[in-house]
Amino acid sequence: MTARSVMQQADITRALTRISHEILESNRGASDLVLLGIPTRGVILARRIAAILDSIEPGSGTVGALDVTMYRDDLSRNLVRTPAPTEIPAGGLDGKTVVLVDDVLYSGRTIRSALDAINDIGRPRIVRLATLVDRGHRELPIRADFVGKNLPTSTSERINVRLLETDGVDEVAIA
Amino acid sequence: MIHLLSTKDLSRDEAVQILDVAEDMADVATREVKKLPALRGKTVVNLFFEDSTRTRISFEAAAKRLSADVISVSAKGSSVSKGESLKDTAQTLAAIGADAVVIRHSSSGAPRVLANSGWIDAAVVNAGDGTHEHPTQALLDAFTMRKRIHGAASRGKDLDGIAVTIVGDVLHSRVARSNAWLLTTLGATVTFVAPATLLPVGIGEWPVETSYDLDEAIDAGPDVIMMLRIQSERMHAAFFPTAREYSREWGLDDERLSRLPAASLVMHPGPMNRGLEISANAADSPRSTVLEQVANGVSIRMAVLYLVLSGGAK
Repeated sequence: MTARSVMQQADITRALTRISHEILESNRGASDLVLLGIPTRGVILARRIAAILDSIEPGSGTVGALDVTMYRDDLSRNLVRTPAPTEIPAGGLDGKTVVLVDDVLYSGRTIRSALDAINDIGRPRIVRLATLVDRGHRELPIRADFVGKNLPTSTSERINVRLLETDGVDEVAIA
Repeated sequence: MIHLLSTKDLSRDEAVQILDVAEDMADVATREVKKLPALRGKTVVNLFFEDSTRTRISFEAAAKRLSADVISVSAKGSSVSKGESLKDTAQTLAAIGADAVVIRHSSSGAPRVLANSGWIDAAVVNAGDGTHEHPTQALLDAFTMRKRIHGAASRGKDLDGIAVTIVGDVLHSRVARSNAWLLTTLGATVTFVAPATLLPVGIGEWPVETSYDLDEAIDAGPDVIMMLRIQSERMHAAFFPTAREYSREWGLDDERLSRLPAASLVMHPGPMNRGLEISANAADSPRSTVLEQVANGVSIRMAVLYLVLSGGAK
């Protein structure tokens, strides 16, 4: 099956810029804001959003990475996953507004793992969720607060998010 | 990875993967909640037929930090002391539903027998078998070297070009064997220094250099010098005349320590015989990694348990 491109570089940048403004709006500014990307591509998106936040309100946009491998519910089903580093910003998470950032929101199971992982690290005031693509088919009662693009899909389709930093091109495609 | 029996079985990529996972496990130790749910509901049995403090505690801590249920069995105080065979013990463990067995045994090859016999369908991790191998010790040694040499940028790196000198009782040392295979797989060069009586027959086949002269080896300026313990419990013959003579010829004393390059690491798998193979000054110097090795042991064992117990496609 051939891949159909649904977002190009300009679309991705526009979506991330809008998400950044929405984050600032809902948080009423950039105070106590921590962006946590979920590896691999969520971390890249979190860094990009942090850079945009910084250009809107200098000094905002603390960014980190949150690996959820050890908290997944499918560890003994799938192949062995190698964890990626978790980096929590120096101030910790206690009392902060944490925005989880991931590339694709699908079953919601990754986000559930992320919520458990956060639980072991600290107690944020609020946890919100930003995702570049929401493709539906949730298996848990989880929804995103900030969505780049809603993409109705069938479960047999695959969403490929490719980013400049890891794949040399900015593109979202359905295959 | 299904079992971890020998470092000889590990490819370079597999070894680096274990070290990288251990890197993430080490981060957990710095958090407020030092626990991960990855192995919830799994049962790990520590089956120790030989005395051990650090390895047993280390495996126990590792399994508990990953939320596994841990059962520790030692030969003393179990039915093994009544003469139960390895087969019957294994079948008992299978009956209670063990998912992994961490085994230490005085007979070389016991873990492989357990893994291949079909008595038990569990992951087997070798925690030291006779004079054969002690893979997790070699992995934590490699992890400690990598961490000291590359610091925060360790992830993904091997030990290319690192010169490691291992000194002492190579004949009885499973640590030396496991290190020889693992370190050379990771690209390091390994030199064994020992009295001729403490080098095994057939060492010419191993991927290592050998020497009888510690002073010569020290003047070559190794990046790492690893002192092995003189294992009095396995000394059933006169391998050297007296302890004093051994210490004078092959011990790391203060004078030899001062001749080592400033950046060289001093390692010891423990427990140390202070004053015999290593002087107190060498053991306590900032170049010594003895306590780091113990701390890193927990991270390495967490990584190994995680890798053998997760993943459904066996």
